[in-house]
Amino acid sequence: MMTIDFFDNDLTSLHNALLNKQFTASELTKATLEKIEKTDDKLHAFIMTNPEIALSQAESIDEKQDFAHVLSGLPLALKDNLATKGIETTGASKILEGFKPVYDATVVEKLNQDGAISVGKANMDEFAMGGSTETSYYSKTANAWDQTKVPGGSSGGSAAAVAAGLVPFALGSDTGGSIRQPAAFNGIVGMKPTYGRVSRWGLFAMASSLDQVGPFTRTVKDNALVLNTIAGFDIKDSTASKREVPDFTAQLTGNIKGLKIAVPKEYFGEGIDPKVATTVKAAITQLEAMGATVDEVSLPHTKYGVAAYYIIMSSEASSNLQRYDGVRYGYRADDVKNLEDLYVKTRSEGFGDEVKRRIMLGTFSLSAGAYDAFFKKAAKIRTLLIEDFNKVFANYDVIVGPTAPTVAYGLGEEVDDPTAMYLADVLTVPVNLAGLPGLSVNAGFVDGLPVGLQIIGKPFDEQTVYQTGYAFEQATRLFEQIPDIAKED
Amino acid sequence: MGTGNFETTIGLEVHVEMQTNSKLLSPSPVHYGDQPNENTNVIDFGYPGVLPVANKGALEYGMRAALALNATISPFIRWDRKNYFYPDNPKAYQTTQSQTPIGTNGYLDVVLADGQTKRIRIKEMHVEEDAGKNTHGADGYSYVDLNRQGTPLIEIVSEADIASPDEAYAYLEQLRQAILFTGISEAKMQEGQMRADVNISIRPFGSTKYGTKVEMKNINSFNYVRNALIFEEKRQAEVLRSGGVIQQETRRYNEPTKSTILMRVKEGADDYRYFPEPDLSPVVIDQEWIDQVAAELPKSAKERQQDYVTHLGIEQYDAEVLTQTLAMADFYDATIAAGADAKRAANYLIGDVNAFMNKHQVELQETQLTPQHLAGMIKLIEAGTISTKQAKQVFEAIMTGEEPEAFAKKNGLVQISDPAVLLEWITDVLDNNPQSIEDFKGGKDRATGYLIGQLMKMSKGQANPGIMNKLLLEELAKR
Amino acid sequence: MSETTISKEEVAHVAKLAKLSFDDSELTQFTTQLGDILNIFNTLGEVDTAAVEPTYSVTENVNHLRDDVAHNWHQKQGLLENAPLASAGLIKVPAILEDEGE
Repeated sequence: MMTIDFFDNDLTSLHNALLNKQFTASELTKATLEKIEKTDDKLHAFIMTNPEIALSQAESIDEKQDFAHVLSGLPLALKDNLATKGIETTGASKILEGFKPVYDATVVEKLNQDGAISVGKANMDEFAMGGSTETSYYSKTANAWDQTKVPGGSSGGSAAAVAAGLVPFALGSDTGGSIRQPAAFNGIVGMKPTYGRVSRWGLFAMASSLDQVGPFTRTVKDNALVLNTIAGFDIKDSTASKREVPDFTAQLTGNIKGLKIAVPKEYFGEGIDPKVATTVKAAITQLEAMGATVDEVSLPHTKYGVAAYYIIMSSEASSNLQRYDGVRYGYRADDVKNLEDLYVKTRSEGFGDEVKRRIMLGTFSLSAGAYDAFFKKAAKIRTLLIEDFNKVFANYDVIVGPTAPTVAYGLGEEVDDPTAMYLADVLTVPVNLAGLPGLSVNAGFVDGLPVGLQIIGKPFDEQTVYQTGYAFEQATRLFEQIPDIAKED
Repeated sequence: MGTGNFETTIGLEVHVEMQTNSKLLSPSPVHYGDQPNENTNVIDFGYPGVLPVANKGALEYGMRAALALNATISPFIRWDRKNYFYPDNPKAYQTTQSQTPIGTNGYLDVVLADGQTKRIRIKEMHVEEDAGKNTHGADGYSYVDLNRQGTPLIEIVSEADIASPDEAYAYLEQLRQAILFTGISEAKMQEGQMRADVNISIRPFGSTKYGTKVEMKNINSFNYVRNALIFEEKRQAEVLRSGGVIQQETRRYNEPTKSTILMRVKEGADDYRYFPEPDLSPVVIDQEWIDQVAAELPKSAKERQQDYVTHLGIEQYDAEVLTQTLAMADFYDATIAAGADAKRAANYLIGDVNAFMNKHQVELQETQLTPQHLAGMIKLIEAGTISTKQAKQVFEAIMTGEEPEAFAKKNGLVQISDPAVLLEWITDVLDNNPQSIEDFKGGKDRATGYLIGQLMKMSKGQANPGIMNKLLLEELAKR
Repeated sequence: MSETTISKEEVAHVAKLAKLSFDDSELTQFTTQLGDILNIFNTLGEVDTAAVEPTYSVTENVNHLRDDVAHNWHQKQGLLENAPLASAGLIKVPAILEDEGE
């Protein structure tokens, strides 16, 4: 059996190997599937794989020898909330068990066009609701660095699969931190692009005004390459931006001399693990040493971000998830007496607790007596959070801080304590509320577990965010550290 | 108006399907009568991950309706979601414009039965999506067809200015005409293209407080609306007179008994949890866009009636008949433009063409008749080329798509007006009928009738009767 | 500013709107949890937002519209295959009672 080590190969070197016929796309796909087969019972990063389809795609690429694009013939994992035509897409929910969409998400279409090969569907929190991938109906994914810990969430399967070297890249979605936090917990690179940068067509909606699709990779350059493929205007998404898509690798020089970095004091406040704070501060010192200027700033409304986020997110989600009613697709409860019964039984049996909790919160926040005090109030707080960012970005290029307040915690530790889970999103949700690009790169380790450095940019300035992340990554070369699970060959 | 000691307050919410090519939020065709679910896609089915994109044409149709009803067009529209579960509502929310209606503060001047004009104010107008259709089987199941799902609607919400069932009827009729003449819908009641939600309350005369409203939804006949309101007026008055209380409830009109039936009592307001639709971009409407739509807006029925009466010398009643539908009025205008005499064209459309449509149960646009052909026939009559009697045959021909002049020629339907030819025949007939000349001189008018009959026989009916009559009298005088 | 709390009855009412059902112990648990979360939500009351405009979306797009051109994607068959119950091109659901719905 051929083994291909994704730790020694970034996307560019895999691409070159295919071009130079060191191996074929079919061999690469087969090797990837075998690796998943062998390792994933320890990780549960995948809900399912689709070997036949993947291999037939690879064969067709080999036949045509079409390696025009850097992603041609390269395997990836898709978060299971991205629609794939004819391939099960469940949102990790019982209510969509066995559901095969009859259309492709725009990002899937773009990856297909460039010849990338999806080998399977990555596990996630049910409908992306959670921060630990423990609310999945199918399985609980483990952290790539310590299988007793959570991988973060909601895109935990995508993050763990990349971190453990099962696939060289994966897509996730980020509504309140669901790419950045699992990237941080698994020590890899995760980007939530600017709202509108990537089409949402085919992304199973949680909160329409917050959701974005983004890439997981081991390196910043790989990440920029994947974003190059998936970004861009889409007539089918009314919120997709018409702005031109730059080459996101263009500013990866390693040079950040004169870059103006803002560090919000609120991002090191109460609830932040001191060891995490120390690691992140060391990373910031590193950036300063490389020629960036660093100032402490204030984002005064940060502490209201979680409340505003959970109101807006749950309100939109409560409406978006009403379509799961057992009528047109997905799970339908048995033995129903009448229509009301069909709705209530299907939804009560089909959704897990966290989804129900958020539907309840959102339904309540929009209800007649609560709308002004909750939904509308949260929308006003959102304005204040945006203004906070605007003031800082008037004088700075990027904002940096920790991605998450802690490192990965133990499986089962927090899933039953929703308030603790929600408060842990304090550092990531303001970015979604403001629609900004946010990147997490590995800042180092605490007790053997990775810590994320979050880099936040101006709207549509992913380039400067990548530039910063790349300079840091190249200086520290933390991406060369390999988790034990990948060493067991 | 009212019943006994009560006065009536009626408000109407009218939904009209706009006949765009595609749906409001998906490109699926808008088409009535196709196989179930034929015109549906993942958007119409509310699939996970799909997103809506609003149809520019539907917005422009909404703007036309707003202009026709003298409403102010909102410069900024943000769509809203109205949340409720129902099998014909696949996303479990309807996309509408509750916070920023496309039109506000409009009105319609309604001519009532007594000839008085009453201004009914229009509170607001929303562009929104229609639901699909549920049919109820006898087998314990209901069946869902989503073809209609997403068809753009314009919802027209009146102020509670309507004081009687007859006023409601007049308002609906004239609203339908106003909408017809925007060209956005044929507003066919039988196909459900126009439906009314009705609310009615009564209160003692002089009372400053409105009574409790009773609602009836989705009535698709103006007569049913009137009947339902007449019944409700009486029912509510009886309840109040007997010391009862009107409940806030939804009722249903039952045609066989011409009465209304309680469906459900409302406990407080419905909670539709309206909120701004995050999946659609806002719409900004500037004056330039409004002007462009206004330029495309067809002339209203009232404007056309005025034109017909003032400039074409058409009777008011006939002008009203010609403007009953936009298709008829457009057809009339095109016939005039093709050179037809205005009065003759009006008479044909009101008379023979309408009779044809009734007999065959077809719409004007479903016939083979074109304005050019009708005008062509009328021109032949005006020029004396064919007689009005011959025109009957030509009319039948043009109703099957024939070109009138070619048809007349082919069938020898040509009138002979040449005096030389006619004189020859007259001389011949007079020479052979001396007795008739005697009779004529003796004062017997019947004699001319006989002679004309002979002449018609001789000319095979082609003689121009006017000219022939004149020449005959001249010749008789000479003898 | 008065703080919003939630009673078991209100939770039951919200569940009805959301078409979810809970047994009594679930209802009790949800009431406690939602109450805790509402405590977090209530902190927003500290902020004076009288002069602040709400933000419902950060999209820059305006008039992202589609021309009125019909296009049938011909997905009917696939859509009906996914329906839990369908017959003669129609989706089957339990009989709708007259007073159900909107």
